[in-house]
Amino acid sequence: MLTALERQEIEHEFKLYPYKQAACIEALKIIQKHRRWVSDESLLDLSVLLEMSVEEIDGVATFYNLIYRKPVGRHVILLCDSVSCFIMGYESVLEYLISKLGIKYGETTPDDKFTLLPVPCLGTCDHAPSMMIGRDLHRDLTPQKIDEILTKYE
Amino acid sequence: MDRPLTKNIRKDGQPVYLKEYEEKGGYQALKKVLKMTPKEVTEVVKQSTLKGRGGAGFSTGLKWSFVPMEGDFKHKYIVANGDEMEPGTFKDRLLLEGDPHQLIEGMIISAFAIQADIGYVFIRGEYTYAAEIMEKALHEALEAGYIGNKILKSDFNFDLHLHTSVGRYICGEETALLNSLEGKRANPRAKPPFPQVSGLFGQPTIVNNIETFCNIPHILEYGPEWYQKLSLTPGDGGTKIYGASGKVKNPGLWELPLGVTLREILEDHAGGMREGLTFRGCLPGGASTDFLVEQHLDIKMDYASVAAAGSRLGTGTVIVMDDKTCPVGMVLNLIHFFAQESCGWCTPCREGLPWTEKILRKIEEGKGEMKDLELLEFQTRFMAPGNTFCALAPGAMEPLQSALKYFREDFINHINDQKCPWKIS
Ligand SMILES: Cc1cc2nc3c(=O)[nH]c(=O)nc-3n(C[C@H](O)[C@H](O)[C@H](O)COP(=O)(O)O)c2cc1C
Ligand code: SF4
Ligand code: FES
Repeated sequence: MLTALERQEIEHEFKLYPYKQAACIEALKIIQKHRRWVSDESLLDLSVLLEMSVEEIDGVATFYNLIYRKPVGRHVILLCDSVSCFIMGYESVLEYLISKLGIKYGETTPDDKFTLLPVPCLGTCDHAPSMMIGRDLHRDLTPQKIDEILTKYE
Repeated sequence: MDRPLTKNIRKDGQPVYLKEYEEKGGYQALKKVLKMTPKEVTEVVKQSTLKGRGGAGFSTGLKWSFVPMEGDFKHKYIVANGDEMEPGTFKDRLLLEGDPHQLIEGMIISAFAIQADIGYVFIRGEYTYAAEIMEKALHEALEAGYIGNKILKSDFNFDLHLHTSVGRYICGEETALLNSLEGKRANPRAKPPFPQVSGLFGQPTIVNNIETFCNIPHILEYGPEWYQKLSLTPGDGGTKIYGASGKVKNPGLWELPLGVTLREILEDHAGGMREGLTFRGCLPGGASTDFLVEQHLDIKMDYASVAAAGSRLGTGTVIVMDDKTCPVGMVLNLIHFFAQESCGWCTPCREGLPWTEKILRKIEEGKGEMKDLELLEFQTRFMAPGNTFCALAPGAMEPLQSALKYFREDFINHINDQKCPWKIS
């Protein structure tokens, strides 16, 4: 079931588009903002509200990198794996994260704190290697810096 | 003033908000434009010889002139493309985070030229700081009467909104971007009809790059002759935000006259290679441009000169490859990106890119055979321009085809030695 607040936020988006199906991505973003990810049940709820088939909505949801169709932890780590970060050695940062957190790409730590995912170029290539945690950008990464950064997250 | 685009940008990294922007002469161009006719504005932009800064380098004024100015349209739209997901590209972030009102003013003027009534700033989802800054700046512009109804007491109405994307490189392709703005999967659309005639929700639409729009206020304020003289290349006006990443001493971004040489960017501004490393090659304008090597260092970084050297100016942000970086590994990294980001719409790209990635991985892991090189060459022809639905796959082939040309020996060494020479053990 969508909460009253989710419903209200999604219905507000309807006003900004010529027809409500155009708010599909915004609706997925709203659900994810409240629940961290988009479950099958949420798709079903959305299909009623948007008057779209579940398959159609899932087609949109699974197309985009930043809509999560599986549960994620409290903080999603997006590590840039593109070319400038490759040249600057992101692979050693990845190895360090894997050994430190004990998870691989796509996994979540048992305490539900971090999920680790690769992301294409974060547009900060002059400060490679780089990653995002939640909404924060972290640049010029080294293993030492990572220790420091990770302690900032609850 | 020789650096119009970055003149306001603060050294402390803080954004320039409305008060400061106005103090530095902001929104004067808009006041001037509101006394002109739309046609005059487009004409000035045409004369300036500004070319789109999103990669393809198409004349901006000419593009605008395709928008029908007669007839009854429900809406006309203007969209700023801030998707910036091309690996190695980081210039639009600077403009979005550093001087948001410059973009807003550029968009209002452009909207006036085509008489658009609605605009969107489309920003990739990972640019969270840029989105916060734009949101605040848009609010300021609305309060001050620069956007909304009857702008500065004229008859012109224009609403401008922020749209944050949810990640996918193909969203940067302008017709895919429009599908994404409509809430759909971001597959590109067939052209024609071109967006200028039938774009967002079927209405006339202009999509331009962030940097392109940021040029507009200055062109209107100081005129096309002034703008042309900023450049070192006749017929190719303005400055360009160039950049460098990789193992140079001083990676970063610099606004320079269009047409400076590659050497000037890499040696004078990026400071040359780090101690103990040698330059082997570079991608001059992002991941989807062909490699240039030592012999090209003195070419001018303008659209025609880079094309004559067999590559593309692209986004103007140079990715430098040093002698300790494996060319096969680097191309594998690039193709991995393109394979992941293929939108899956057409077969050559959807199937060809993962296939290419597999061959490259085999070579990089020391299991390559000589016939794999022919197979890679086949792929570059198979995904050549015209064989796929959009420019993503042909773009992916550019670094590969040029690597096979300039670094062929490295591919052969991998195959002969059955290992990557750069991997220890
Ligand atoms: C796969 C692909 C990705 C693209 N990504 C971007 C992008 O992130 N930003 C951009 O401005 N243009 C991008 N483009 C180019 C746009 O399609 C379009 O040409 C551009 O936004 C037009 O603006 P301009 O004329 O001001 O350069 C991309 C093109 C392709 C084929
Ligand atoms: S070339 Fe690739 S990205 Fe472009 S339409 Fe075809 S599958 Fe999609
Ligand atoms: S390649 Fe990692 S930030 Fe650009």
